[in-house]
Amino acid sequence: MDLKLYNKVFENRIRLQVMSVLLANDAYDFSSLKDLLELTDGNLASNLKTLEKEGYITVEKSFVDRKPNTRYKKTDKGQKAFEEHLQALENLIKQQYK
Amino acid sequence: MDQQDLIKEIGHIRSMMEKSSKFISISGLSGVLIGMYALIGAFLAYIKVFGFRSTFDYRDHYVTDDGVVGYLVVVAVAVLLASLITGVVMAKRKASKIKQSVWNVTSRAMLKAVSVPLMAGGLFALLLIWKGYYELIASTLLIFYGLALSAGSVFTFKEVRWLGVLEVCLGLAALLFPGYGLWFWVCGFGLLHIIYGFIVYKKYE
Repeated sequence: MDLKLYNKVFENRIRLQVMSVLLANDAYDFSSLKDLLELTDGNLASNLKTLEKEGYITVEKSFVDRKPNTRYKKTDKGQKAFEEHLQALENLIKQQYK
Repeated sequence: MDQQDLIKEIGHIRSMMEKSSKFISISGLSGVLIGMYALIGAFLAYIKVFGFRSTFDYRDHYVTDDGVVGYLVVVAVAVLLASLITGVVMAKRKASKIKQSVWNVTSRAMLKAVSVPLMAGGLFALLLIWKGYYELIASTLLIFYGLALSAGSVFTFKEVRWLGVLEVCLGLAALLFPGYGLWFWVCGFGLLHIIYGFIVYKKYE
């Protein structure tokens, strides 16, 4: 079985969901992500950190109405990794149908 | 991982992509109600202009008579406000049911997309009233409303896009039949909303 494309980073449900959101949108901010995924600050932040370290997402910090606003975007590398991971899932499903 | 896990995994990806980029809290029933408000408004406008007794071709008033335009504007604005309030309140209720907030990234993006054609249409219509081109208002508002819907449809159900296209078509047709603007509004703001509302309600709720 070809598991070259399968990505361990996305084995975690939260990271997979975060990446899905960032694939479907140009950018998403921290609090909206938190509401959408129904997570605690710490849990979300640590997973975002992992994705950032892998170079899959970029972080933009700014202030809106004097409140800190953190926005996340996918990188080209992140997009490629996610698409390959999807490909791997697809291959796995095909394999099992045979 | 077995088949079931994999399919569930892909389901999660799909639902996240949709939930994060589509605003699905728009209530179908509110579409039906809004259509009914439009029909009530059209009825009020009809008895003001055509009166009770008259047959189709005999009007009691013309739109250009004193006070008639003012009355029609008040009715239209009242219908608009009632529709907006109904839409927002019912969207809020539906949002809390599916645990989405009404004021989120997608609803903001949708509002942004809708606002440009809507404001342009509103100002255009005000200018038409100011200049006295009353016969163009019915079709103008239908066309710009349709454009706004199809602009906003990117962020919500795909049915909204069709609603928008049909509104534009009705608006264009209204230009070809001056004097029948009210009937085109009955179709566009009344009947189409009711049909659309039923379809969305049946399909998604």
